[in-house]
Amino acid sequence: MMTPGRFFRDVQLGVKNLLLHKLRSFLTMLGLVFGVGSVIAMLAVGEGASEVALEQIRKLGSRNIIVTAQKPAEEQGASNVRSFISIYGLLYQDEQRLQGTIPTVKRIVPVKIIQKEGRLKNRSLEMRVVGTNEHWFDLVQRPLIAGRVLTKLDIDEKSSVAVLTEHGARRLLASEGVIGETLRLGSNYYEVVGIVQSESATEGAMQTPDQMTDAYIPLTAAREHIGDYFTQNKSGSRVRELVELHQLIIEVDSEENVEATAGAIERMLATFHKKKDYSINVPLTLLRQAEATKRTFNIVLGAIAGISLLVGGIGIMNIMLASVTERTREIGIRRAIGAKQRQIIAQFLIETVVLSFTGGLFGIGLGLLIPWLIEKIVGMPTIVRMSSLVLSLGISVTVGIVFGIYPAMRAAALDPIEALRHE
Amino acid sequence: MTDRREQSGGADYAVRLENLQKIYKMGNNEVRALDGVSATFEKGSFWAIMGPSGSGKSTMLNLLGCLDRPTAGKYYLDGRDVSKLDDDDLSDIRLKYLGFIFQSFNLIPQLTVEENIALPLYYLGWSASERTSRAQELAALVGLEKRLRHRPTELSGGQQQRVAIARALSNDPVFLLADEPTGNLDSVNSLEIIELLTKLNREGKTIIMVTHEPHIAAHASKRLYMMDGKIQKVEG
Repeated sequence: MMTPGRFFRDVQLGVKNLLLHKLRSFLTMLGLVFGVGSVIAMLAVGEGASEVALEQIRKLGSRNIIVTAQKPAEEQGASNVRSFISIYGLLYQDEQRLQGTIPTVKRIVPVKIIQKEGRLKNRSLEMRVVGTNEHWFDLVQRPLIAGRVLTKLDIDEKSSVAVLTEHGARRLLASEGVIGETLRLGSNYYEVVGIVQSESATEGAMQTPDQMTDAYIPLTAAREHIGDYFTQNKSGSRVRELVELHQLIIEVDSEENVEATAGAIERMLATFHKKKDYSINVPLTLLRQAEATKRTFNIVLGAIAGISLLVGGIGIMNIMLASVTERTREIGIRRAIGAKQRQIIAQFLIETVVLSFTGGLFGIGLGLLIPWLIEKIVGMPTIVRMSSLVLSLGISVTVGIVFGIYPAMRAAALDPIEALRHE
Repeated sequence: MTDRREQSGGADYAVRLENLQKIYKMGNNEVRALDGVSATFEKGSFWAIMGPSGSGKSTMLNLLGCLDRPTAGKYYLDGRDVSKLDDDDLSDIRLKYLGFIFQSFNLIPQLTVEENIALPLYYLGWSASERTSRAQELAALVGLEKRLRHRPTELSGGQQQRVAIARALSNDPVFLLADEPTGNLDSVNSLEIIELLTKLNREGKTIIMVTHEPHIAAHASKRLYMMDGKIQKVEG
């Protein structure tokens, strides 16, 4: 028979007993404080890191397949000696073939990339010129800041128009009034019709299709104005390349079909390309892999957390056993007066639960502080999930009960006659 | 609040022992610590149990205090047979019907005088306000009403023993069981304590006291001498 009032009194008694030995109680809790704190902090860092990766992948589009031109390995050294031109990459025909034969392909964004110096009035900037079609802006969704994006008409008409990124626009002309100005790319002139936001995030992480200083022009115009030959100066020697398309971003009609479609694309490209001069990236697969990695990571973290909480629990048990020995006489007195065994168990168990609960609360405090500091000092993103707080507090209390039950039962099992005689 | 007075079992004695035995087995040897003790302790009486060490008086004390169970024989406490009860029920008997007074006072040092006095009431489930008023009443009875907030260590030995007596009285027990109550006290305090017990007895409390000091035992109305686990003689 345990009424709430009675329970409250027992808890009060427990708190009072713990406060009699403030330092000892605090030190006992410390194991759990650090255990809980580090669990929460580790999970927060893990969540933060994987969230960044997942976000990157999501930006690539979970229904997209990205095929990128890649210079074949054997071509890089030896063949340059024989011919001074290397021919590789995706073909205009590839786009036609994919569009026509694979029914699950919804639309295709062809991408031609040329490094050119951009000039606007008296300012110049090394830019990445992206020849593409109107679908680019659907698949690589970035907020439009001013003007408009490329349209089908621009493509069909081979219009000399360009869309800049915010970052590039700022560096070329530190004002928003860049719309309508004329941008010179190499030896051609383009009217700037719009500005979109650029993906400013995190270098060295997963590659996004767009970059900081892009100039988007119609692919048709790029073909006509610039052509498919590129000459690059590489460490003193000139390297000529013939590349039709650098990238194909393929949107599939639904997520379920992504992997099958990727397989179909792979087979088709393999049929028409003698060398493997392309690579296929499936963001969805990457996403799944990242999620699987995250799960594994969480399991490892869980194991580490388990061990640290176990250590905390053993610390509690150790102190409680010492406390039982120290308070043998008190136990004897309480028993002689008429306390039942289960009341002695309750008394000691409540003390350990109060300890572990309080330790868990302090641990949560620590677990919130550490990620905050990491973000402030190291700049790493962290995410503290509510579930990790609840979980670790729960585990902490469970540890208290599991490791408190043995000392409590030992206290209760003492023979009152012996206990009273104890000095 | 638990019923305070389901007290009287209606018997005219506080304790009746019938052929009580306690046998300890040590290897192949049997130690007959108590070897067939029969006695009746009437309500309102003041008994002293005496005897040299090894006579069985400690065993007697543990059995009377329901801290231990007899090997054989019957123990009736105010009409209830308590000789075969389990640990839980014995705890209950101690809580409701017994009041202990120990040689070394056995107060809990972390608790105040008031909390020590009211400790049995805590286990009886009394509310905080009920416990406080009962503790004040009992502290006044033993002359310690000004010391309620003190810790036991701040009190003299005599005062500590008076706190212990107040605690023993808190549940209004069938009898007080005192184990060498003056053993740790100087002669002045000893006298004070024994006079307090005598006064309580005059007011109707049944007291059973174990002692080896004849001048303390002289205050009791009846004396029981033990030897080798048996009753040697009864005086008074």
